[in-house]
Amino acid sequence: MSPTRSRFVQIHRSDDDNSTIGRNFKLFLLVLYLLNGEKFKHQEDLCSKKPLGPESLLLRGARLKNTKEIFGVAVYTGMETKMALNYKSKSQKRSAVEKSMNTFLIIYLIILIAEAIISTILKYSWQAEEKWDEPWYNQKTEHQRNSSKILRFISDFLAFLVLYNFIIPISLYVTVEMQKFLGSFFIGWDLDLYHEESDQKAQVNTSDLNEELGQVEYVFTDKTGTLTENEMQFRECSINGIKYQESNGRLVSEGPTPDSSEGPFYRNSLSHLNNLSHLTTSSSFGTSLENEIELIKKHDLFFKAVSLCHTVQISNVQTDGIGDGPWQSSLAPSQLEYYASSPDEKALVEAAARIGIVFIGNSEDTMEVKTLGKLERYKLLHVLEFDSDRRRMSVIVQAPSGEKFLFAKGAESSVLPKCIGGEIETTRIHVDEFALKGLRTLCIAYRQLTSKEYEDIDRRLFEARTALQQREEKLADVFQFIEKDLVLLGATAVEDRLQDKVPETIEALRMAGIKVWVLTGDKHETAVSVSLSCGHFHRTMNILELTNQKSDSECAEQLRQLARRIEEDHVIQHGLVVDGTSLSLALREHEKLFMDVCRNCSAVLCCRMAPLQKAKVIRLIKISPEKPITLAVGDGANDVSMIQEAHVGIGIMGKEGRQAARNSDYAIARFKFLSKLLFVHGHFYYIRIATLVQYFFYKNVCFITPQFLYQFYCLFSQQTLYDSVYLTLYNICFTSLPILVYSLLEQHIDPHILQNKPTLYRDISKNRQLSIKTFLYWTILGFSHAFIFFFGSCFLMGKDISLLGNGQMFGNWTFGTLVFTVMVITVTVKMALETHFWTWINHFVTWGSIIFYFVFSFFYGGILWPFLGSQNMYFVFIQLLSSGSAWFAIILMVVTCLFLDIVKKVFDRQLHPTNTEKAQLIKTNSSVKCLDSMCCFSEGEATCASVGRMLERVIGRCSPTHVSRLWSASDPFYTNDRSILTLSTMESSTC
Amino acid sequence: MAMNYNAKDEVDGGPPCAPGGAAKTRRPDNTAFKQQRLPAWQPILTAGTVLPTFFIIGLIFIPIGIGIFVTSNNIREIEIDYTGTDPSSPCSKCLSPDVTPCVCTINFTLEQSFEGNVFMYYGLSNFYQNHRRYVKSRDDSQLNGDPSALLNPSKECEPYRSNEDKPIAPCGAIANSMFNDTLELFLIGNESYPTLIPLKKKGIAWWTDKNVKFRNPPGGEPLEELFKGTTKPVNWVKPVYRLDSESDNNGFINEDFIVWMRTAALPTFRKLYRLIERKNDLHPTLPAGRYYLNITYNYPVHSFDGRKRMILSTISWMGGKNPFLGIAYIAVGSISFLLGVVLLVINHKYRNSSNTADITI
Repeated sequence: MSPTRSRFVQIHRSDDDNSTIGRNFKLFLLVLYLLNGEKFKHQEDLCSKKPLGPESLLLRGARLKNTKEIFGVAVYTGMETKMALNYKSKSQKRSAVEKSMNTFLIIYLIILIAEAIISTILKYSWQAEEKWDEPWYNQKTEHQRNSSKILRFISDFLAFLVLYNFIIPISLYVTVEMQKFLGSFFIGWDLDLYHEESDQKAQVNTSDLNEELGQVEYVFTDKTGTLTENEMQFRECSINGIKYQESNGRLVSEGPTPDSSEGPFYRNSLSHLNNLSHLTTSSSFGTSLENEIELIKKHDLFFKAVSLCHTVQISNVQTDGIGDGPWQSSLAPSQLEYYASSPDEKALVEAAARIGIVFIGNSEDTMEVKTLGKLERYKLLHVLEFDSDRRRMSVIVQAPSGEKFLFAKGAESSVLPKCIGGEIETTRIHVDEFALKGLRTLCIAYRQLTSKEYEDIDRRLFEARTALQQREEKLADVFQFIEKDLVLLGATAVEDRLQDKVPETIEALRMAGIKVWVLTGDKHETAVSVSLSCGHFHRTMNILELTNQKSDSECAEQLRQLARRIEEDHVIQHGLVVDGTSLSLALREHEKLFMDVCRNCSAVLCCRMAPLQKAKVIRLIKISPEKPITLAVGDGANDVSMIQEAHVGIGIMGKEGRQAARNSDYAIARFKFLSKLLFVHGHFYYIRIATLVQYFFYKNVCFITPQFLYQFYCLFSQQTLYDSVYLTLYNICFTSLPILVYSLLEQHIDPHILQNKPTLYRDISKNRQLSIKTFLYWTILGFSHAFIFFFGSCFLMGKDISLLGNGQMFGNWTFGTLVFTVMVITVTVKMALETHFWTWINHFVTWGSIIFYFVFSFFYGGILWPFLGSQNMYFVFIQLLSSGSAWFAIILMVVTCLFLDIVKKVFDRQLHPTNTEKAQLIKTNSSVKCLDSMCCFSEGEATCASVGRMLERVIGRCSPTHVSRLWSASDPFYTNDRSILTLSTMESSTC
Repeated sequence: MAMNYNAKDEVDGGPPCAPGGAAKTRRPDNTAFKQQRLPAWQPILTAGTVLPTFFIIGLIFIPIGIGIFVTSNNIREIEIDYTGTDPSSPCSKCLSPDVTPCVCTINFTLEQSFEGNVFMYYGLSNFYQNHRRYVKSRDDSQLNGDPSALLNPSKECEPYRSNEDKPIAPCGAIANSMFNDTLELFLIGNESYPTLIPLKKKGIAWWTDKNVKFRNPPGGEPLEELFKGTTKPVNWVKPVYRLDSESDNNGFINEDFIVWMRTAALPTFRKLYRLIERKNDLHPTLPAGRYYLNITYNYPVHSFDGRKRMILSTISWMGGKNPFLGIAYIAVGSISFLLGVVLLVINHKYRNSSNTADITI
């Protein structure tokens, strides 16, 4: 975040005729294009050059704040604008499930082609003899006889491809897309992911990655605003070597004298109430007056510096509501609202206002500061903008008295070396102490300029700013020249509070087998202390450091040493701290070594990271041999690159604008929501879609294999077993809804258990539900079911006996319909077996699908359809159902098919239960009986028309015990071990 | 750099909650559906819940299986191959195409009497009625009596669509290859002369086929007039309107024809030929004894290694004689029962480990 002032290109309305403006615009365009030019305000102003730089450029999305209108020129609108670039890199994210889905698809494609080739070859070996190819009763037409052999071969192959093509479930993609789109609504609807204070609910920007939430192995998180609130509170300061704490708008000194400030930190010496505002007006305080006056002067200067050296904007006008940045906060008495691009600055200015030095505003070139009601006007001469290389900013102001001051503010590492006066050593100690407490520190220094010095500076600055070549280098030189010989005033410490439940969430993530990395731009000490306080680092952890590495070889040596230490001591957990410069060294040459060290550490903290470095770290983890799934959480614009790089990008809708939220895949209001998002939603989505994919392949294998087997009985003549309407409707109508509803509603474990037992997350890690083993199981299951359907029906026919009580015979269509009926029922009931969460919707679609099949078949077979060429199915289905044997055969085949599956499931559960299966057995008190669940349309016992009760009443023995059974979800949920993450208890009674 | 600030809070962002405005929050609705809290039955397949099912399946399936098996065993069935490929067979003389018409006689003995209605089937083997080219070679509109389709049959009927520039009625390969052997059954009683068993030729086709799906062309004229302008299928001896003397069994609604038109699923198939209705309760329909079958041998199957059979069978409520279903029921029932026992043992043995719901990391 650069604390530079937001300045806008303003071209005043000129009275000149348009042609002049046009000329100026041309110049302007040229100049902007070079991003390195000069702007001519007016023709008469031509002599006074104004610098024009990157800060004059309005990026897309900019809004006018303090002016009604501006003239601007579009400089560039192509594909390399910031927006377009962001957009481009955002598009391609594919989930692991999708990737394995494509693998399966290829396997099935191979099966399809193999089946077609086998069929074609067998057809031709069979047709070698004429008695099979063209018996007297089944002659070919002239045309068929004369077509060329190769052409016939190809057309036969293609015909087989068409016949078997249903094995590639095209409807899978449609269903998956629908599932993802509809399923993603549940995240936004979740009350547990709704943040009351900010009125933010979770936001889903892409529905492609829902299931990826269940696969996360690495979490990369930003610190500021993500782990912390990003609500900066001014806490302490060190002025002239004395530490003060702020309490209720007063400064309280921490030590009795400057010398004893190294004493115990947390001693609350209330006795030394030190009201600065009081001090500045009357000097009737204290014992040693001269000392005090000196002190007061320092204090005064310190807070003046704080309230002058910034780029905070002010607004006392109530704006239209859209423009209000997230920083707005009203100061009770004066109704002043500060805006700043950095929350630290705002906190500082606000603190100064509380203490009594109120920044009123800046108009044109002056800044107004009200000191205890007395207005002072400072002329703002120059702003030396913040940049991340210098890590400081300065202003040059002219005090009302005419004195010219330079106030500088910046990171201690960049300010202290420039200081020549002030309590440098004490302040350095204080700054370190602040950092240890996890506070963010800034050092403040000043320099009084003589008018001669100022003139020199002014000239140099102007030259540099208007330089046409190497402006940046020249500016840097000038800044270097100006910001020297500073006198240290003191340091500020701003606290950034940890968000709610951050340590619990990090602990839960770790229990779920997820590695957490904290990537922050903060300094080493602050980062470590925040890491400790948020539970990222434990006290018991052995913390390894890779910091301040200057050279390649040194870095490599250090890395090897760390690796050795980890090897020696692998009982204890290790934490690793890396800083940005060391990281770039480590990544440049010793990537592998570094990754080895990192993988063996249970917690990694990277501090002093540039945004691009964050993204690079993630990329490295992504392409490491295990190809883990990464998730990045961040809240600011500097996290965007990492959010986009990671497999799943989560934006925190925090105080730092919405850029992260908009570029993310999912946006949540608080870090703690991550646990529900991953452990509950991620887990569910993964299970749902994994089963969806497997089931789809399974049901299409069931569907098409009988057709393949039938070819062996019909001379490979491509005769279809099922009627074409059944072929079409199988995937669309008969079997589509149960799986779709399953994939939207399934909850194989109670969500509370999932959330309370993060270890369950490990059960689905590494895409386990879509491993080759499970895939093979489903495929083999599909084939075996298909064999049972087909050969069961074949054996039922035996020597083609009559199946009807009147001795009449069935034909080929009845045979196909028998197979199809068994298949529809089996496939639907198989889905029912997979379902662990039977709401009335599930009941409706599952039994409804079967009923629909019967009703449809009655209807379809009951009419001679006028527009159909052949009436193959006329009364076939009804005849089939009028056969007792057919009914018995259907029941037998369905039971046999499911038998295999049930036996496998039960034995697996009995002999090697997984954690998930164990967790399913945990009794929850929200158990609904099967019959009841059919007619429970919403929550509450009252709406649950108990079928059982109704039956009992009808039979005439109403038992009150049944009614008293409670299952309302508002009951206090069980508090089992480690119930560390019960978010909000459910408020179901309010609906 | 300076623009970061401006780019950040863009239009869609806005204040988190508009102060003073309508109390419109973005709070999601607290409904059971949206919170995924719909009341639900949550069944879990554990040994405990599945065990009773296994036993119940076993207990239900085994008796059903035994019942079906016994029923199937009580069905009498005799199959007589009269293809004549065996030189000793009386019908072997008919294999050569020169002998026309060829009549042969096969003797057989019924060891047990057939009671109740007896059904006479003819069976063909290696005859691929389910070949795609064959199955689709028909015109259902023509068979339904559509006058336009009668004179202009569907293209699917090729190459049996027209002969000598006249449309074939009924067209197509199926109709063309209609079975045309005539079977007669005689009982050789104690007397010197055999008695002809009366064979009923109606009631062998599906009622809906005979009355709805198949119809002669409309009109009150004699059938010959209605079929004017068409020609008989190439392989037929007589035109379609001469299939039977009775008018309600002639033309497209001839039941032998309808039965043939229902293509079989597998290359070995049977088709119902005639019914032998039981006379009264005292006498069996076909008493045990010696019979002979008189065959007018027309249908050539030798060229494709086919076989021809005549089957006499009684029928139970669930169809013809097939032990498969009964055996399968008994087998599945027994396996289910057995697995139930195995599960019971396992459940008992591992009770401790499975009942505790501790989750190991």
